[in-house]
Amino acid sequence: MECPEFFKSLNDFNMIVTRRNFIKTGSAAVAGSMILPPFIQSCRKIPISPNVKNYLDHFEVTTEMLQKVIAAAMSKGGHYADLFFEHKITNNLGLEDGKVNQAFSNIDYGIGIRVLKGDQTGFAYSEEVSMEAMLNAAHMAASIANHPQKFNPDDLYEKTPADYYRISRRWNDVSVKDKVPFVQKVNDKVFSFDNKVIKVNAFLGDESSTVLFYNSEGKITYDFRPMMRFGAVCVMEKNGRIENAYSARSYRKGFECMTETLIDEVAREAIDKTNILFEAGKPKAGEMPVVLGAGGSGILLHEAIGHTFEADFNRKGTSIFSDKLNKKVAENFINIIDDGTLPYDRGALNIDDEGNEVKKTYLVKDGILNSYIHDKISADYYQVEPTGNGRRESFRYVPIPRMRSTYMEPGPHKKEDIIAEVDYGVYVDNFTNGQVQIGAGDFTFFVKSGYLIEKGKLTKPIKDVNIIGNGPKALADIRMAADDFKADNGTWTCGKDGQSVPVTLGLPTVLVKKLTVGGSNA
Amino acid sequence: MTKEEKYLLARWAMEHAVKNGAQQASVIISDNRSNSIEVREQKIDRLEQFNQNSMSIRLFVDNKYSSHSTNRLKKEELAGFIEEAIAATRYLSEDEFRSLPDPELYYKGGGPDLKTTDENFEGIDPQAKIDAAFALENEAYGKDHRIISVTASYYDGRSGRVMVTSNGFEGDTDNTYYGLSASVSVKGENARPESYWSENAVFYNQLKKSGIGEIALKRALKKLGQEKIGSARLSMIVENRSAANLLNPLISALNGSSIQQKQSFLMDKLGEKVASEKLFLSDDPFIVSGRGSRLFDNEGLAAKKRVVFDKGVLKTYFIDTYYGKKLDMEPTSGGTSNLVFETGQKNLNQLIASLDKGILVTGFNGGNCNASTGDYSYGIDGFLIEKGKIVKPVAEMNITGNMKDLWMNVVELGNDVNTNSSWLTPSILFKDVDFSGI
Repeated sequence: MECPEFFKSLNDFNMIVTRRNFIKTGSAAVAGSMILPPFIQSCRKIPISPNVKNYLDHFEVTTEMLQKVIAAAMSKGGHYADLFFEHKITNNLGLEDGKVNQAFSNIDYGIGIRVLKGDQTGFAYSEEVSMEAMLNAAHMAASIANHPQKFNPDDLYEKTPADYYRISRRWNDVSVKDKVPFVQKVNDKVFSFDNKVIKVNAFLGDESSTVLFYNSEGKITYDFRPMMRFGAVCVMEKNGRIENAYSARSYRKGFECMTETLIDEVAREAIDKTNILFEAGKPKAGEMPVVLGAGGSGILLHEAIGHTFEADFNRKGTSIFSDKLNKKVAENFINIIDDGTLPYDRGALNIDDEGNEVKKTYLVKDGILNSYIHDKISADYYQVEPTGNGRRESFRYVPIPRMRSTYMEPGPHKKEDIIAEVDYGVYVDNFTNGQVQIGAGDFTFFVKSGYLIEKGKLTKPIKDVNIIGNGPKALADIRMAADDFKADNGTWTCGKDGQSVPVTLGLPTVLVKKLTVGGSNA
Repeated sequence: MTKEEKYLLARWAMEHAVKNGAQQASVIISDNRSNSIEVREQKIDRLEQFNQNSMSIRLFVDNKYSSHSTNRLKKEELAGFIEEAIAATRYLSEDEFRSLPDPELYYKGGGPDLKTTDENFEGIDPQAKIDAAFALENEAYGKDHRIISVTASYYDGRSGRVMVTSNGFEGDTDNTYYGLSASVSVKGENARPESYWSENAVFYNQLKKSGIGEIALKRALKKLGQEKIGSARLSMIVENRSAANLLNPLISALNGSSIQQKQSFLMDKLGEKVASEKLFLSDDPFIVSGRGSRLFDNEGLAAKKRVVFDKGVLKTYFIDTYYGKKLDMEPTSGGTSNLVFETGQKNLNQLIASLDKGILVTGFNGGNCNASTGDYSYGIDGFLIEKGKIVKPVAEMNITGNMKDLWMNVVELGNDVNTNSSWLTPSILFKDVDFSGI
């Protein structure tokens, strides 16, 4: 409530205790099955595919109802309106003190109705999908405009979504009984790897979201969005000192992704990330070269560049990048992408939350600022094609420009050569969170662990330091990028305007000439 | 839903759970209504209206535990939901520490009127709300040639809850809130600094409705010319509204779950001096119209006033029923209500005037704290102080250290309590803080 709009944050340490409580039980009988016989329904002579029919039936609505609601939304003079139906089932299993002893579940269901008049927005939602409740919400959202008009809905046309996350075992069909062993095993594995381990918290969370979209242009589309997250917090004690670290993976995948390999990967990483902390100290405070290790260091792009490229800020002139479109912002070898099309990626979408096709968008191409991150309002404003970045936390919120998977393409250098360049600096590759001030351009990210670099070599480990820089300066200061690109499939969640959405990151090893590293002045 | 309808549904859900295999159950039915209006460029930019209902249920089945929530509140559907949830709970491991609270500890009525509800919530003219937002925008809009964007918002909300447990607790809460905020962006040579200001209240007629846009503008203009300065160990004043950011890790470290899970730098410290003797902090649930005021907590435990730090000595942890059992300690409450400091004599300007050299921190930018060790590092926003005066805004700086040292190094607390929050923080002066800059 009191969070200023321009503080954006990203968080990888968002574990079991969150705002909502979840689970879902064995069989999926709660609110209608998705598996329905194919059926052709026609409306104004336009054939509707069996897919659309399934989604309409899921929400117990017909195309005629959608058209009536849209007409009500448009009745006061809006130039555009859309309806977003969503049914989301969330489950979480948690382990504490050696036992899988807690489960949470949540069901969320409703419709968000948005009306645009120019760049003005009216929005209301209803948790009931009855005609009366929908019309009520439509009239409320319509009141952003005040010139009554008669609106005749266009013919429906179906926009077929992409297919980036086809799964074989839906989470809603998996019993708690079958999930429990994976959570137990990751606990047992972490304990078995190292006798310094004193506590483990482990979790397996899943989410299945069914989405139906319809707008005043007649476009109808839909999506089924699975998501899983699996991880552990490891607490170790050594000579009276206690440290903890977190490891997790998250994908738009089904239950088929739960394997022994995944358990090993998470357990091993949790151990390694904790162990390094006992040897770690703090660097000297101040400006120094920073080598960002491949993978999670993509947080640099998310904070330093990504948020400030979001077109709502640029449209309003409040971003530090507002006057830099088509200008050179980085070295020629730098290509930065925001991509919603990566298969099974946590940031992937088959269709965005405004019914637009999701694209692979070059933000920086050959060192030149190529595109902002657009939603419908900003794409109309800049008269460009939407990039498929219109996202919303749920039907309770309006869509705004948001990132998906933000990463840099491999560069021409070698990791060893990059580290060898640095006389005194830090190498960082493990992060928990970051933030940016859109206008000042100052961004930060918190380094959980890394290493000092002295005379071109990694020496002592470091931990718990914040790094701060300025977006345009940091981007221009990227002097080298290696050929070792790595994606980070952790549980990254991005917050903006009080809305959280899942994202991912990636980076090859990169050298930034200087950033300010937190540390000691002793 | 009316309060009576919520009670009926909550009792029905609780009984349904008990009939279908749960030995104990606790049910909360809540509804939240809210409105928000955002204006920009002399037009309404966004109008939003929300109305959210939900049921959440905690189930204790054969020594196993789970909790669930849904916004599908039709009884036919809820019945199946609860039955399935019970069936799923049976697949979990037993946990001997899970149970509802001891009924002796429940709130049993007769508490004071905490004045948390504005009964006129529905009666406020919608146009007055819109006008209030425009009035804020006009305090800044066009008032300076460096302004890029002014956004002003009005929001309000009401949330009603009833809670019913199978071992005898029934209680309800009804809270209203109103708020106004403004944010202003201005153009400088290399940056576009922005600032933000807000006020809130429990009663509409107590909401401060003017000056907010003006303050946001002033604060944004003050940030122009931000410069990075050298790394140094300096005194630090944290402005009242930002002090909660540094208090948060300290309070988290007192949480029963952090203690029992060994993720707290204040384990086994009850009765020990862990902070400066200037620190006297209590948790007071009974402040009239306090943002965190309550007669009972989320479990139904009767609220009590407690001293948290007495001259730096740790007096209590925040412990709920579950972690109380695990730690073999009496439950206090799982979370804070209103946190009240014993304040000092000086206002912010007098604190600034008392420093020969230091930094005034007006905001934080990212950073984190290691819960196990207390090691922290945060980005900051603020101003350089020299010879008792603010000299210039600083940019791109971090503070780094350990929470235990930081709170030992409290030199003085201001008298300027932030009443917009349940954590009633004054400005705080700390010594010997490591700043990193150039």
